[in-house]
Amino acid sequence: MSRTILVVDDSLSMRQMVSHTLEQAGYAVKAAVNGREGLEVAQANAVDLVVTDVNMPEMDGIALVRALRAEPNHRYTPILVLTTESTDTKKAEGKAAGATGWLVKPFSPDQLLKVVTKVLP
Amino acid sequence: MSTPDPTSAMEQFAATFREEAADLLTDVETTLLALETSPDDPDLIARAFRALHTIKGSSAMFGFTDITTFAHALETTFDEVRKGNIAVTPALVSLALQGKDLIRSMLDGSGADTKEACAEVIHALREMDVAAQPPAPAAPRVSAPRPPDPPAVAKTYRVAFQPQADLLKDGTNPLGLWTELLELGSGEVVATTDQIPPLHDLVPDACYVAWDAVLTTQKDEAALRDVFLFVEDRGALTITLADDGESDTEDDKKLGQILIERGSIRPEQLQAALAAQPRLGTILTVGGTVAPDQVAAALAEQRVTRQARAERAAGAPVDAAASVRVAADKLDDLVDLVGELVIAQSRLTQVAASRDDLELVAIAEDVERLTADLRDNTLNLRMVPIGSTFNRFKRLVRDLSTELGKQIDLVTDGAETELDKTVIERLGDPLVHIIRNSCDHGIESPADREASGKPPTGTVRLAAYQSGPNVIIEIHDDGAGLDVEAIREKAIARGLMAADASLSEGELFQLVFLAGFSTAKSVSVVSGRGVGMDVVKRSIDALRGTVELKSKRGAGTTLRIKLPLTLAIIDGLLVSVGTGRYVLPMSLVEECVEISRAQVEEARGAHLVPVRGELVPYMRLREWFHEEGEQPLVEQIAIASTEGRRFGFAVDDVIGQHQTVIKTMGRMYGDTEGLAGATILGDGTVALIVDVAGVIRNAIPAGPPPS
Repeated sequence: MSRTILVVDDSLSMRQMVSHTLEQAGYAVKAAVNGREGLEVAQANAVDLVVTDVNMPEMDGIALVRALRAEPNHRYTPILVLTTESTDTKKAEGKAAGATGWLVKPFSPDQLLKVVTKVLP
Repeated sequence: MSTPDPTSAMEQFAATFREEAADLLTDVETTLLALETSPDDPDLIARAFRALHTIKGSSAMFGFTDITTFAHALETTFDEVRKGNIAVTPALVSLALQGKDLIRSMLDGSGADTKEACAEVIHALREMDVAAQPPAPAAPRVSAPRPPDPPAVAKTYRVAFQPQADLLKDGTNPLGLWTELLELGSGEVVATTDQIPPLHDLVPDACYVAWDAVLTTQKDEAALRDVFLFVEDRGALTITLADDGESDTEDDKKLGQILIERGSIRPEQLQAALAAQPRLGTILTVGGTVAPDQVAAALAEQRVTRQARAERAAGAPVDAAASVRVAADKLDDLVDLVGELVIAQSRLTQVAASRDDLELVAIAEDVERLTADLRDNTLNLRMVPIGSTFNRFKRLVRDLSTELGKQIDLVTDGAETELDKTVIERLGDPLVHIIRNSCDHGIESPADREASGKPPTGTVRLAAYQSGPNVIIEIHDDGAGLDVEAIREKAIARGLMAADASLSEGELFQLVFLAGFSTAKSVSVVSGRGVGMDVVKRSIDALRGTVELKSKRGAGTTLRIKLPLTLAIIDGLLVSVGTGRYVLPMSLVEECVEISRAQVEEARGAHLVPVRGELVPYMRLREWFHEEGEQPLVEQIAIASTEGRRFGFAVDDVIGQHQTVIKTMGRMYGDTEGLAGATILGDGTVALIVDVAGVIRNAIPAGPPPS
């Protein structure tokens, strides 16, 4: 059974790139355009990993991480945060909210897959 | 190959990014203009910031570094605005608008030189920033390629990780960490489990286990640390070198020595234990000096180090590259050579068949099978998915709809369909032409559409799929369709058909591909369709493809392009005329019929043959190519179908199907009418490949004959 990854990003090109890369690698992908939609998808589906952008309208990535950690089903679901800032504050913020790991943009498909395999149970 | 080219996928995403960024820029513009009237609206400020931030992030992803740098500067300023350090002033808004225009020209690649203008805007932004804060950092980090690693020597490391109890609370999977670590080389992991409390004291999501690993790897310490990147703040990681990979003279370390180096015991404890002999590990464990896990870890290290040395002595295997980039020329040469090989192989098969030598026949069969596989594999190397070409059109349709004031959606299907690289390259321009026509003349204005009961948004559907040895590309629009009567009138006016001729709808549609049809450029539905369609037709012909047009007044138009998978090899029908051999592309031949001398005489000079109740015009290849000799009593006619009508080629004999490696004719013969190339047959003789479409065009110069 292929594992399901939820991709949350408001940017279409990013969503496509990340989804395509993951699908090529054999994962099933669900996509959402902001944190709120991402949370809804995660509540309604079994998701093995969440990959989320930080800066999004409606509900940002950090808020999504917090909300997911409050869900009994997703207390331990690995979450990767895609950030543009390589500064430590954003990473720390993500970590503090309960993210499992992060990836700094720009990244290559290979880097993405490497990090995904790293955190997938 | 089955794996899609990653670069072309990236190009697709880049194309999407362009569209997306264009949308975002429009959004930025609207937001900025709104900010001018309500400069303090935090929602508007946040929106502008977010759009710029997305442009920055995505542009970096897809390699638009100039945009990244510039958008970063703009974003930094808006970050200050967001924090309330800079106020929104008309000057800021116009500067930002200027910046937005610059990003757009960088996106289009149209702005010849944006550098200077960018520098000016950045400078002006900086001055605003300075008033508020120290200058912004120059540019975000754009993935710098890592310097190549020095020739690696396999070293052995000790990796110990003592996690905090909350390690598992953010979804970290420690097992994954160690799996990842072990993938870097070869080694062993030992878990220290003595901290696990009795069940009634156990907190389910707390981590009580610590790990020790020994790893022999060519990677450096930083790569090992990278594995623990996400958990470094959730535990104590120590990495030490156990064996530097060079001191081969040194003997294997004794267990005691290792335990001391690892800090598990002190030298005196070792001495005391050694005095009592039997097996050191047992003694130390039983004596309670070290935990069994620690001895296990040390033993693991001993094993791994030993193995590493053994491998070093044997010459360790080195990872090979997974993919290679090859110049297109080299591939073309390879395809040529394989073509020659196919010819040589068919000679071998022919010779083998003529001798009564079973051994030779068996070899010939093997060679035939291998050659076929080799040919398929080689041709496959040049196959690329058509999707990248499709993506070009999304932008085109977008732009056209804005330009024309129409609402048009482009739907694509079958982007993964693979075609020969050369075919794809030459297909771009004709497709642009067709899609342009569909948008310009096919799809009606929103008002007209609504008036005729259609949704205001028109759809252009671009689909590709494979069908046997061909790839079909369909371009469909749900627009007004062609006006048959108008085509007829125009064709008559242009002298393309006789006024009293009765042509089927299909035949009439084919007229729009004639050169004479394209000269008119008036704006009616029909005339517009004709613009340059002859050029499209010729390009597709050159690719040995066919174009068909179907249309229904009011419902839309479909263009169907049928293309061969590859240009290098075709399936042909081998025929003979006198002493000459000719090949007709199998994809065009529908069937073969016979015609007797008596039937010919009956027709009294009219070159028509009855095929299933229809009279099909034909011509003799003998006459076209001036072959000598008399036609036989019974002639064979190969019925070819192209451009929606059928046409026969009378030949002496049909020899059979022949897999044909196409050789282009030399410069001298390049322009010869009716010839598409030549091929070499198994017995070494040359056969000419008939340019079916070309012959038909010449045989019937002004449209189909009146029936």
